[in-house]
Amino acid sequence: MSPLPFDPLLVSIAAPLALALAIALGLPKRWSVMLAYGAFAIPVLMALHVWWHFGDAAKDHGYAFLTRYSTGLDGLGIGLKLGLNGISLPLFVLAALVGFAAGLYAIQSGAERLKIYLMLLLVMQGGLMGVFASVDIFFFYFFHELALIPTFIMVGIWGGRDRSYAAMKLTIYLTLGAMVSLLGLIMLYVKSGAHTFDLIALRDHLAAHPLAATVQNNIAGLLLFGLGVLVSLWPLHTWAPLGYGAAPSSAAMLHAGVLKKFGVYGLIQVALPLLPDGLAYWAHPLAWLAVIGNVLIVGLITIAQRDLKQMIGYSSVMHMGYAFLGIAAGGIIGPGGVVFLMVAHGLSVALLFLLATAIYHRTQTFALDEMGGLAQKTPVLAAFFVAATLASIGLPGFANFWGELAIFVALWKFSPLITALAVAGVVISAVYGLRSAARVFFGPSTAGLAMVTAAHPPVDITWKERFPALILLAALLFIGFWPKSLTTPINAALTPQISAKIGNATGR
Amino acid sequence: MTLEAVKLAAEANQWGAIFPELLLACLALALLALEIVLPKKLHAYIPDVALAGLVGTLGGLFVNFQSATLGKESFNGLLLHSPGGQVMRVFFLLTAILVCILARISLAKQKVPRIEFYHLVLIITGAMMLLAQSNHFVMFFVALETVTIGFYILVSYFRTKTASLEAGLKYLVMGALSSGMLLFGIVLLYGVAGNPTLPGHSASAMHYPALAQFLVANPHNFLAGVGIVLVLVGVAFKIGAFPFQIWVPDVYQGAPTPVTAFLAVGSKAAGFAVLLVLTRDVFASYDWLVTPALTAMAAATILFGNIAALTQHNVKRLIGLSGVSHAGFLLLGVVALAGPVASVSATGAIYFYLFAYLIASFAVFGVMAHIGGADDSDQTLDHYAGLAKENPFLATILAIGLGSLAGIPPLAGFMGKFFVFIAAFEGGARWTLALAVVGVVISIYYYFGWIKAAFFEQWTPPADTAAPRPSRTPVNLVSGIALGCLALASIFIGFYQGPLGHWLTMK
Repeated sequence: MSPLPFDPLLVSIAAPLALALAIALGLPKRWSVMLAYGAFAIPVLMALHVWWHFGDAAKDHGYAFLTRYSTGLDGLGIGLKLGLNGISLPLFVLAALVGFAAGLYAIQSGAERLKIYLMLLLVMQGGLMGVFASVDIFFFYFFHELALIPTFIMVGIWGGRDRSYAAMKLTIYLTLGAMVSLLGLIMLYVKSGAHTFDLIALRDHLAAHPLAATVQNNIAGLLLFGLGVLVSLWPLHTWAPLGYGAAPSSAAMLHAGVLKKFGVYGLIQVALPLLPDGLAYWAHPLAWLAVIGNVLIVGLITIAQRDLKQMIGYSSVMHMGYAFLGIAAGGIIGPGGVVFLMVAHGLSVALLFLLATAIYHRTQTFALDEMGGLAQKTPVLAAFFVAATLASIGLPGFANFWGELAIFVALWKFSPLITALAVAGVVISAVYGLRSAARVFFGPSTAGLAMVTAAHPPVDITWKERFPALILLAALLFIGFWPKSLTTPINAALTPQISAKIGNATGR
Repeated sequence: MTLEAVKLAAEANQWGAIFPELLLACLALALLALEIVLPKKLHAYIPDVALAGLVGTLGGLFVNFQSATLGKESFNGLLLHSPGGQVMRVFFLLTAILVCILARISLAKQKVPRIEFYHLVLIITGAMMLLAQSNHFVMFFVALETVTIGFYILVSYFRTKTASLEAGLKYLVMGALSSGMLLFGIVLLYGVAGNPTLPGHSASAMHYPALAQFLVANPHNFLAGVGIVLVLVGVAFKIGAFPFQIWVPDVYQGAPTPVTAFLAVGSKAAGFAVLLVLTRDVFASYDWLVTPALTAMAAATILFGNIAALTQHNVKRLIGLSGVSHAGFLLLGVVALAGPVASVSATGAIYFYLFAYLIASFAVFGVMAHIGGADDSDQTLDHYAGLAKENPFLATILAIGLGSLAGIPPLAGFMGKFFVFIAAFEGGARWTLALAVVGVVISIYYYFGWIKAAFFEQWTPPADTAAPRPSRTPVNLVSGIALGCLALASIFIGFYQGPLGHWLTMK
């Protein structure tokens, strides 16, 4: 247990939700904004606290800080069970950090109807903390949806170009993904015969009574399709660039940075230990889909983008391809690398969306062709952007490098050919990343931009924008230079799963 | 008369078992009496009397929820007082309370007699409560006809409006047709089960247990099968299941908004309460016939309701057709109950779904009653444009209600769908379930379109005029509180089921 007198996990979920409810019930604006700082900061404090104490906390099946609250559905085996293991801990911290950065950025952005905007963002934040803290699969799904709904509204009301269409498309695609994965989870629940959604109990039950191969294949297929839509697996990815292109920056940061990781996280946390044979059955089609579709095709599409925000959206679709490759590769290193990459990518893509909006405020456009030469006027912003770009390409020293490296190592054993294709993707991402940085900040300035900058001389990145960006960048560098801080808990969490799987295989 | 005879008479007195229904009937008569007795300026308070009576009855029912007659038959087997019956009683009382609140908003804008409306609502509610507890086809049919005849009047209540009259006529014709089929089915069953040459025959074959016994003894009787199908058809009309949903859009559109709500929630739920008892307890041995029939009906209903609702521009038609799809989802739960591997949680899932549907529907209908304009006819999506800017309260209620109907977590409607889906999977209705998931995704499109109209669009006057937007009724205190409670309940039940969750696992 943690030394705190309360449950840090519950508090980190409840604090943002409580403030959101208070705002909905008519809290005045001044108070809302002031308290919002606290409501975004509390999850970070709690996350750092549990991260610090995770190593020496008492654990059950690798889960620390376990508590269970009844919501009246005990008869169906559903209860709000909170806890963290080595896989969810890094993502829990990620959610808190990105949420804090997105919250700070939203507060300083002074959006129209700021109160409602903050309320929705707080709901998202509470839901995200819940996703990674839930040990109960039902609540894991439930909190994901809770975080997802505000995205639709935020895109629809505060979005940019094509917001109405983007909101509709986002809603339909993501509902489809969510419903199909729900179907998979229901199938898992019924077929396991354990009558519980508790992940730990399910794991124990299925270790003793593994599911038949065809059942596993069916469930894994449903989950891969449903979660695949949510993580923008090619060819069901088209919602992502459109949605991110239209979404307001804080929503895009939280969704692309954290919420989208839900699908991959679900595959690693739920499918990998419970349906090992099912995942292995789909591994090859999944890997080919990911490498040809997400990495190569979407990579080339990304190069062709002329809109900065859409480009970042496409690049995040591409990077999710690596996550699928890591899952397909299996073993300890593959999924471990995926968890690592998710944290790294979450931080870097959130940073990129933040900076893209900062650039927009100075150029009044997202079109790459209309920009240029901004570095002379805003050198610090340029430095931030180049750093974020290098991180997302996977330069050593940034966290992303370790994640991709681990995935490639695991992938080599799986299929050298796929590995070669995947590594080619890194070159693609270098091309579009560096090209966009060059386009925005270096080279000649266009006439249109000169007019905008003449009317509003661009100021360099302000401290209010810089602080959230610094949080994200610092975390990227910290993990990049000290990967062990993440790999220790991840390894500890994945090792017993794999050995249990081998035990099953030999026991049968 | 000796003391012994008095004692016997007292023991045979079963009126206490239907005390809530009696109370409603007396209240309904009292309303008419009050109209005669009270001076004209006090007439405005008569609806409040009806409302207070309903709330009081509901409170009494809660206090005496575990009544002494629970689990027993009364009136020579005409009624069976089951826990499920108690749940449905609460359901119908809640429905009636909300209908009365809606009527206070809608009727206030019209020149129509008031008191009779509340009178009819009370009578129908009492009949629905008896219907849900019926244990005998005579009781079943009489209660059902009381409900239906009450609705004939209510649907055409705005008698100066042709649309309302047309809807009333359509409902009358279709209702008569369905009643005829139902009655034919009942008579066939009665005739077959009374045939002395067949095993298990019974002199009182309209009594559910006797009929069930006969059906178990003759699991493949052709005439009995025809009778069962005809009874199911009659009930399918009431719940608006495909292919018997044909009356739904027109009648919903023409009927006054409170009546539409009453039809959409009360009448549909009454149909399901009956269907639940029939498929689970009476027709159980004919699952070879009932299950495929209901499965096909559920699949077609989900698909038809959702696809037909896609193109609707009139919100009353839209909500009617979306209600058809909800009937499909509920049928999925009934299928799970009737299947060879009966699901344990199906009954509870259906009850939960009905309550979630009640809460969400009335939130939406409440907003519709406010938007409806002076003659209750402003019911297209265009009339919702810009609602969020002008009246954020109503817009929020609308969004929560529609979200819950669409089954978006964390709202109550999602939990209802989730429970029904689990039950359906346990019951083995896999492919229908897959279809239902597709249906949910389709439904997102039109529910979202409605929300979009309210939140993302601006009011534009019709092309040739510069007409200002028709006035919207301001929200008064009672309806504001009621709508707020409904919205909060949708959220709260989504998060925390508490005692409702314990119902779920009850049989």
